[in-house]
Amino acid sequence: MTPLMQLTAIGKNFGAIEALRGVTLSLSPGEVLGLMGDNGAGKSTLVKIIAGNFPPSSGEIAINGEPQHFHRPVEARRKGVEIVYQDLALSDNLSAAANIFLGREAKRKIGPFKILDHNAMNRRAAELFAELKSETRPRDIVQRMSGGQRQAVAIARTRLSEPKIVLMDEPTAAISVRQVAEVLDLIRTLRDSGMAIILISHRMPDIFEVCDRIAVLRRGELVAEKAVSDSSPEEITGLITGAISSA
Amino acid sequence: MNKTMQNIAATALVGRVKGMAVAMSRVQPFWVLVAIVILCAVMSVVSDVFFSERNIYNTTRNFAFFGIMALGMTAVIVTRGIDLSVGSMMGLCGIVTGLVMQAGYPLWAGFLACIGTALLASLVTGVLIAYVRLAPFVVTLGMLALLRSVAMVLSNNKMIYEFGPDQEIYEWLGGSSMLGVPNPVWALIILTVILFFAFRYTAWGRWLFAIGGNPEAAKLCGIPVERVVTSAYMVSGLTVGIATFLIVGWFGSVTNALGQTYELNVIAAAVIGGANLMGGVAYAIGAPIGAALVELIRNSLLLAGVDALWQGAFVGLFIILAVLVEKMRGNQE
Repeated sequence: MTPLMQLTAIGKNFGAIEALRGVTLSLSPGEVLGLMGDNGAGKSTLVKIIAGNFPPSSGEIAINGEPQHFHRPVEARRKGVEIVYQDLALSDNLSAAANIFLGREAKRKIGPFKILDHNAMNRRAAELFAELKSETRPRDIVQRMSGGQRQAVAIARTRLSEPKIVLMDEPTAAISVRQVAEVLDLIRTLRDSGMAIILISHRMPDIFEVCDRIAVLRRGELVAEKAVSDSSPEEITGLITGAISSA
Repeated sequence: MNKTMQNIAATALVGRVKGMAVAMSRVQPFWVLVAIVILCAVMSVVSDVFFSERNIYNTTRNFAFFGIMALGMTAVIVTRGIDLSVGSMMGLCGIVTGLVMQAGYPLWAGFLACIGTALLASLVTGVLIAYVRLAPFVVTLGMLALLRSVAMVLSNNKMIYEFGPDQEIYEWLGGSSMLGVPNPVWALIILTVILFFAFRYTAWGRWLFAIGGNPEAAKLCGIPVERVVTSAYMVSGLTVGIATFLIVGWFGSVTNALGQTYELNVIAAAVIGGANLMGGVAYAIGAPIGAALVELIRNSLLLAGVDALWQGAFVGLFIILAVLVEKMRGNQE
């Protein structure tokens, strides 16, 4: 079976700095891959390459066997790659629904004009929040929301386009324990509907709870890629710090 | 319909009206409007002339020009920008219009030249800010000096008061009225309605606010930030062009000093109308309301016999008060 996404020998240089070197990884539908590594190990760089923020210096990305050359996030999004950013990338002054639909607003026709369809957007946003079992209301302004609600908005946004791959950058970093459980449930829901998820996290328990496989980056290189059932938090910690060189 | 149902309907209606009142009381233009009503009430006691047809006509016509430009300024301020060049742009557009029409070209040619000059100047401003990423304050400060200088060179420091074959219709356009409402006020009303709909019902409006709220997020969501920001400055330019065309028609003459220091009144109108210089918060209706208050202060002081030298103090006070109120409301939330 062709993997959903195949990264082959991905490398990235920023001037003289080599941020990534020869990273080869694959991702199947309905799989949750945990991406771990210390600060500066290259996690963010890899995520940004997959999300289309910038192209790799070398190597190839293929989705469903087709090579891709993303230069802008929109291009990646068109191919079914969605990302939940660590800082959530929300506009505080807009409503939850406005944020979810930002850049792809629903419109309706009035004569020759196409105007924003506020009702349709609010309705769809309410449905998404219901699916997420979140109490966030579509018309509420993001500025007045809790961390968990903001997370719900950011995740609801990715659900809008029914993506194939969802990248999540530290989704459980700044929210309450109860909300962490909710986010992990949500990740399972996404997985069960056949999406592939790359979860970047520093929280070992989260990784071991929802991930099928773990990939570990150290100094820009992939030092391990293995099933969660074959590993342990101790081993992963060793791989991240370099106490264990590779596995 | 029985009594209970009537009651339910009435309660629902009251609830709706209440909801609208609460929503309105949250926005700054509402409170400025309240200030205007109070000021008008006081003035009706102080002065017999205040509510005369003549005074209302003149006052509304006077603030129409600032109101029109404040609409464009509002679109710029939403994106965290500022346009200091609007006064100088008015001077240049006025001179270009004058030169074209003085040379014997018809009204429409003068209009196109006026609008074209404004759009070209604001395109340069917008590109420098959005694509080259220079600070709006500095770019438009530079344009303030540059455009005024070009106006001086083009005019050769002479006044233009002959507008060719269409002089009569031009002076009617700027200085006359339809249905008792001065033409510039019609323009202000129409443009306010257009901007209100653009803000509320178009993706462009939504994107302006998104950029003002979080430019990085807007970019990540695939919004063409550079194009949208440039367009905001061009909308400002467009409103300057329209205001210039009308004000020159009203004056019946133009010098290269036209519009000097107008940028301060325009920014004051936008800010008093609720445009937040930090970006992301503004109201289309705020521009005419803010401009109205500034002109009303001027007019009231005049009629009340207060020395004209005090005008600046009052306008300044209101600008600071507007920002203060905005901040206090922000703290409450």
